[in-house]
This record gives sequence, structure tokens and C-alpha cells, in this order.
Amino acid sequence: MNREAQSVLLLLVGGAVLRISVSDVYLRYVKEGLRPFLIVAGVLLVAIAVATLVRELFGAQAAQEEAAAEHHLEGSHGDDDGHGHSHHGPRVAWLLVLPVFATFLIAPPALGSYAASRGGTAVVQQPTSEFAPLPKTDPAEISVVEYFTRAVWDKGASMKDRNIKLTGFITPRPGGGVYLTRIMLSCCAADGRPIKVGLSGEQATGLEADTWVEVVGQYDPKTEKDKANDQAIPFFEARTVKQVPAPKRPYE
Amino acid sequence: MTSAETARPDAEQPEAKQAGEPTVIDPAGSPPPGSAPPGAEPKVPYRPGSLELLTALLIVVALFRGPLVSLFDTPAMQTWATVFVSIVIQAIPFLVLGVVISAVIAVFVPPSFFARALPKHPAAAVPVAGMAGVALPGCECGSVPIAGGLLRRGVTPAAAFAFLLSAPAINPVVLVATAVAFPNNPEMVFARFFASAATAMLMGWLWLRLGKSEWIRLPQRPDLAGLSKWGAFWASCRHDFVHAGGFLVIGGITAAVLNVTVPPSWLQAIADYPLLAVFVLALLAVLLSICSEADAFVAASLNQFSLTARLAFLVVGPMIDLKLFAMQIGTFGRSFAFRFAPATFFVAIGVSVLVGWLVL
Repeated sequence: MNREAQSVLLLLVGGAVLRISVSDVYLRYVKEGLRPFLIVAGVLLVAIAVATLVRELFGAQAAQEEAAAEHHLEGSHGDDDGHGHSHHGPRVAWLLVLPVFATFLIAPPALGSYAASRGGTAVVQQPTSEFAPLPKTDPAEISVVEYFTRAVWDKGASMKDRNIKLTGFITPRPGGGVYLTRIMLSCCAADGRPIKVGLSGEQATGLEADTWVEVVGQYDPKTEKDKANDQAIPFFEARTVKQVPAPKRPYE
Repeated sequence: MTSAETARPDAEQPEAKQAGEPTVIDPAGSPPPGSAPPGAEPKVPYRPGSLELLTALLIVVALFRGPLVSLFDTPAMQTWATVFVSIVIQAIPFLVLGVVISAVIAVFVPPSFFARALPKHPAAAVPVAGMAGVALPGCECGSVPIAGGLLRRGVTPAAAFAFLLSAPAINPVVLVATAVAFPNNPEMVFARFFASAATAMLMGWLWLRLGKSEWIRLPQRPDLAGLSKWGAFWASCRHDFVHAGGFLVIGGITAAVLNVTVPPSWLQAIADYPLLAVFVLALLAVLLSICSEADAFVAASLNQFSLTARLAFLVVGPMIDLKLFAMQIGTFGRSFAFRFAPATFFVAIGVSVLVGWLVL
């Protein structure tokens, strides 16, 4: 792959990175904190591409020197007396078109019910400190992970007789019914694990997979075991279920 | 050279490709005798180069975007695509950082600096060179040529090899990436650092005891001295990113495939046998050849496996993989690579298991 093609490729990759990090699309794949670094990386990639193309077009002497040096640089891989692995380098670079196509063409969505049904529910560690009191609003809005932790490790003691609001997406439950789900990340979407909360109550019927809903209800002491990995899944008694648009930050 | 390279209209030394002989180019950059005299237009018939190919590819994809996108309509394919994109996106800032810093070092730090900074006694030079890897961020792509350069400047081989192994594995960019990839397990950072440094030094000392200098064959390889400083800087950035980026994509694809197609129970079955898991991940690290700045994110996605098995993945990868093996053959010759690479593989596994057992 020659210098010009490499520069165009770098321009495309940088452009893809900038495009998703300037909008909110990047939140489908990575955490919020990565945004400034993504933007800087995108700008640098574009800079490398532009610098190379500019030298190519306007500096004939510099371009010739670089052409000579490219042979030296590539030559250090090619000089391998015939071993079959010569030239991984430039050929492998073609693969960089794949993430470019993926972001520009497909723009894959955040992980949803398919990913959530594949794995067992995540193991949430026992918290080391006391549970803080719930927010004073009625209903108290907490994250699904928070509800999960309080239900499993505290048997819902901190949530007694309180109305609670949870937001998540629907995953079908094997054997009927649905789970309210969020995906928990440690680093990026690739390591996402699902947090599942079973929904009980008459309102929790007829809901399609991957629908985002806001559920208001109360703690339900019922639990079951996730068939995939034997982890406990708590339940939530849904009083009202409202469909909502997918949130900006889909992961917890 | 591949045909894509020689098809460039400005290809300078087509005649130098005698059968099987490495291209010998003298440092001044002038063409060897026998090729076209400078200034004369080489009469090369026009063949489409990589730029035309890339443009054609982009046009074809744009035209067929409908059918291509509909391929990804199923939840399984979308999940695959999301996992793939997320690994690549997560890794890119670290890759860019590593490549830029590595280029700065390659261009603005004189190679003689390294030679002067090491102790004279070989056995003492090994740990110093091993720890010097901390200061020098860079992908594996950079460490092999740098080690070759050190050898040429008279640094004792054992120290050069210790540096070769440690620099990609224990530099700050890699350690930060590891910390980001395993936010709930900060001990992974320490384990990686310790296991990699120990392996690098062990290999250096092993070379002192058992290594023979006739195993090393250094071809002529001038460095970037022929270019202006900035020219070398941009060339180095571009070259390193493009190489590393390709392997990152392979790593992302593999992790995405493992995530989506392999039933979690299979992975769990392997993961349940600790030593098997370690060996399988070590082998995976060799096959994937991912840049060390990015491999932590792939390791983080393999959450069925134990931390020790993933530690083996992280320690083995920067030190020996298919890409490095090829580069070692290219820089030091077959005799060296065929002995050094397997030895590194097994020492790395052993040290990872030990450190994992102690720390993780």
C-alpha cells in the first residue's frame, strides 16, 4: 500500500473517529470520559494524513527522499530470506477500511437484548459500605445496577415501602415474561455484561424486546437463578410502565 | 517487495531484486549501480497502484451500500459490529499516542544516547536495559529496529534483547491502557509490569549463558537518517499506525467473533481448566499480533477467562507473535528467531503463571 493510499486511509480513520466523537454516537461503544482523547486522536490522524499528502504534492525533493526511505523502512520487513511471513505490514493495513465502513455505513447500535440474553447476569460485588438512603423524591429514581445491588445484598431493606423508578430496555425471559435490563461496562462495549431484573405485575406484559421503558413500582422480594451462570436475579413489581426513547448514555 | 510496492510509478530500484536477495541500499540513498540513472524517467508501464485500488473499493462500497448494510440487519451481526467497533475505537487514542511518542524518540533522540547510558558489564546491563523499556513508549514495530540499531552500536546483545522485550510491554502508554481496561482490577497493571520486566530480564540473562553471536545475522539497514527531522517524524507515525492499525482490526474481529458466535459455555469450559486457559490465551496472543497499546482492551473483553490467563495473553503478546517473529527474522536472521521466539514464549507463560498465582 503506497504512501498516498495510506494517507487517505488515515484521513478516513481520523474522520470516522471525529465524526462519532463529536456527536453522541461514540457513547454506544465507549465511555463518556474517552471523548476528549478520541477527538485529539482523530485530529492527529488527520494531521498525519494531511502532512504526508502536502509533502507529497508540494515538496518534490522531500517526496523523493521519503520514497527512498520508504524502501528502507519496508525493506526491514522484507529482508527475511524468503520466509513466508514477509510483508504483513502494508497488506494488513487494508483492514483499516473495515472500521471506517462500520462507522460510516452501519453505525452499529448499542448492545441490546441479543447481547443481554447471551450471557449470564453480571456478578455485582457486595458493597463495602452501608447503603446510602434513597433519594427523597417520589418515586426515587435509581439506576438498575443500584436496584440490583440493594435487592440482592440488602434484601431490599433500604427500599421498603418506597416507590422507585427504573429505566432500562426489555429482554425476553426464557419461560415467559420479561427482564428489565441494562448493560454494565467495565471498559468498553466489548466487555459489557447484562444486569437483569425480572419484572412482575400485570403491567409488564406485551412488551417487545429492546424497547426502552421507564418503570415505576416497588421492591419485590422474589428472586430466581439465572440459568446461564446460577447468579441471583431480583424482581421488581411494576405498577406503571412507560415507553421512552433510548437514553443518550445507554450503558451503566 | 509485494507487487503493489513495485508497481508504483516512482519505484526506484526494480533491478535490485535479484532472486531472494534482500534489497541492499546504501545509507546515502542513491540507487545502486545498474538501475536507471537518476533523473531519467523509468519506463514502467502504468499499473493501478494502491490509491486507485482504495478509491475503487470506496466507490464499490458506496454503490452497494444497500445490500451491505442489510447484511447487518440481524441482532447477531449488529452485536458483532458493535463489539468490533468498540474495541477499535477504545484502542485508537492509545495507539496514536504510542505511535507519536515512538516517532519522537526515533527521530529526536540520538541512538548513541542508548549505547552510552548502559553499564559496561553485560550482566548488569541486562536489568538496566530491561527497565529502560519503561521510558520508551512504542509498539513492538519500533523495538525490533531499535534493538538492531543498539547492536550495531556495540551494545551487548543480552541487553539489547532485554530491551527488545520490555519496551513494548512496560511503557507508560501500555500500563495506562491496562489500567483503563481493567478498572476493577488495578493489580493487573502491577502484574503485567512485573511479569513482563521479569521475562525480559530472564531472556537477557539466558542469552548471556546460552546465546552464541553467530546466531545473529544483521543485514545492512540504514535508519531514517536520510530524511529531514519532520519528514522522518511523519513517516514514522504513518508507518507505525498503519501497521499496528491493521493488526488491531484483526484483534477486534477475533474478539467480536468470540463474543458473538462461540457459545459462552465453550469458553467457560476452557476457562475452567486454568493451565489450558493460560496456554490457549497465550497462543491466541501469538496469533493475533495486536499492538501492546491495544491488547489490554481485547483481553478485557474475554471475561470468561481468569485474570491469570489474561495476564499470560498480555505478557506473551508484546514479546512474541507472528508479526514480531517475522520482524526478528528480518532483522536478526533465522537462526536467532527460531531459537529466541519459542524460548520467549515458554518463559513468558511460566513467569505469568507464577506472577498470577502470587498476585492475582
